[in-house]
Amino acid sequence: MPDKHLSTQFDSQLNNVSMRVMELGGLVESQIRQAVYALSEFSVEVADQVIATEARVNMMEVDIDRELASIIGRRQPTAVDLRLLLAISKTTANLERVGDEAERIARMVKSIIADGMPRALPSSDLRTAIELASALLRKALDAFARLDAVSAVEILREDGQVDAEFDGFVRKLITYMMEDPRTISSSLDLLFIAKAIERIGDHAKNIAEFIIFIVKGADVRHTSVDYIESNVL
Amino acid sequence: MDTALQTQAKIKVQDLNFYYGKFHALKNINLEIPEKQVTAFIGPSGCGKSTLLRVFNRMFELYPEQRAEGLVEFEGENLLQSKRDVALIRAKIGMVFQKPTPFPMSIYDNIAFGVKLFENLSKSDMEDRVEWALRKAALWNEVKDKLQQSGSGLSGGQQQRLCIARGVAIKPEVLLLDEPCSALDPISTAKIEELITELKQDYTVVIVTHNMQQAARCSDYTAYMYLGDLVEFGPTEQLFFKPQRKETEDYITGRFG
Repeated sequence: MPDKHLSTQFDSQLNNVSMRVMELGGLVESQIRQAVYALSEFSVEVADQVIATEARVNMMEVDIDRELASIIGRRQPTAVDLRLLLAISKTTANLERVGDEAERIARMVKSIIADGMPRALPSSDLRTAIELASALLRKALDAFARLDAVSAVEILREDGQVDAEFDGFVRKLITYMMEDPRTISSSLDLLFIAKAIERIGDHAKNIAEFIIFIVKGADVRHTSVDYIESNVL
Repeated sequence: MDTALQTQAKIKVQDLNFYYGKFHALKNINLEIPEKQVTAFIGPSGCGKSTLLRVFNRMFELYPEQRAEGLVEFEGENLLQSKRDVALIRAKIGMVFQKPTPFPMSIYDNIAFGVKLFENLSKSDMEDRVEWALRKAALWNEVKDKLQQSGSGLSGGQQQRLCIARGVAIKPEVLLLDEPCSALDPISTAKIEELITELKQDYTVVIVTHNMQQAARCSDYTAYMYLGDLVEFGPTEQLFFKPQRKETEDYITGRFG
């Protein structure tokens, strides 16, 4: 049975919109990388680049939504095509939110630099969380491109590690703030950064759930990984 | 395949085989048509969906070389072996065809004709019945002032609704619709689809359609057929969202080669 539509036009529309999602994914990944660089090097210039990219991310989200509406209106998709388009819509929204988190990190970095004592804070301790969250997002985009449900379930499991890193970091920040109240303002900025990283992990997890939705036709939001492994896969 | 229904079955089909001469057109069909629901048969041309529909009221018997084997249970008996007058079966299991087929007579008589075969109604009862049937078919308001005019003077969509009114007038239990909208414009199609939804309150409706969106819009259950096999049968929502079989998915998403 051929895996292509009778309408090559439909195929190219679906391919095109899927590629746009990957492109958006690539853009927000680079935003995160820049935000991380801005944090480790305390670079106002790079932080500003992250903030400037946000407008492009927003435009791409709007473009993708318009394409989706056009395909749905013209093609009345069903089954896997319908699930794919619904999932693309939600994935795009999540990627745009990842872009927002990157922007938030950049703004906080600028605020920490402006406060004048960036090096007194344990910002390098965020490295593990950042690497975990970026890897998770990359894995989610990769799984989306290959429609790989097994890898999507792994992402759901691994998001727990990002959450654990966040909890550990919050405890550490509290000790800093108690030792030296002058760090409180910057520590709060750092807390927002940690929270943004944790949210990036959550968005990767959401995208993984949409992949399972496309491939298996099951809505696995608000269920457990164990449930998915024994009932959906 | 799980063909268990949530509602009671109006027609039960078991191990049904159908032959046009030597051509094996339906192969071991098993399914249950749910009562007071709309069931759609979809599939490419020549898959057997119209053949299956025609078995339900023994329409195939008009042709000597056609033969059906198996069980088609309706009201506790196998229709294929029933000794009942076939006209009585068709009065209970009515049919509307692809092309509107009004009789060459007035709108009123188009409806009254069939009723007179089965019932002896007074003039005023007959008038009530005609109005009732035309209202059921959502045609009354358009024709109430011209009941004595010829049925063939109506538009295609109106003619098709007249045929549905004619089918409804003798109060059948099942209504078989064979591509009822394929010759109609979108507005007439929308009216017929609206009507189908109304009709299921009182009747069991089975519709054959080439238009998958139509099946998706107005049926509760859908059967996908291919080359004489029933490939998949299930709730319409499930079939169009997450079909169980790859063949079904390929067909409804337009990947059929």
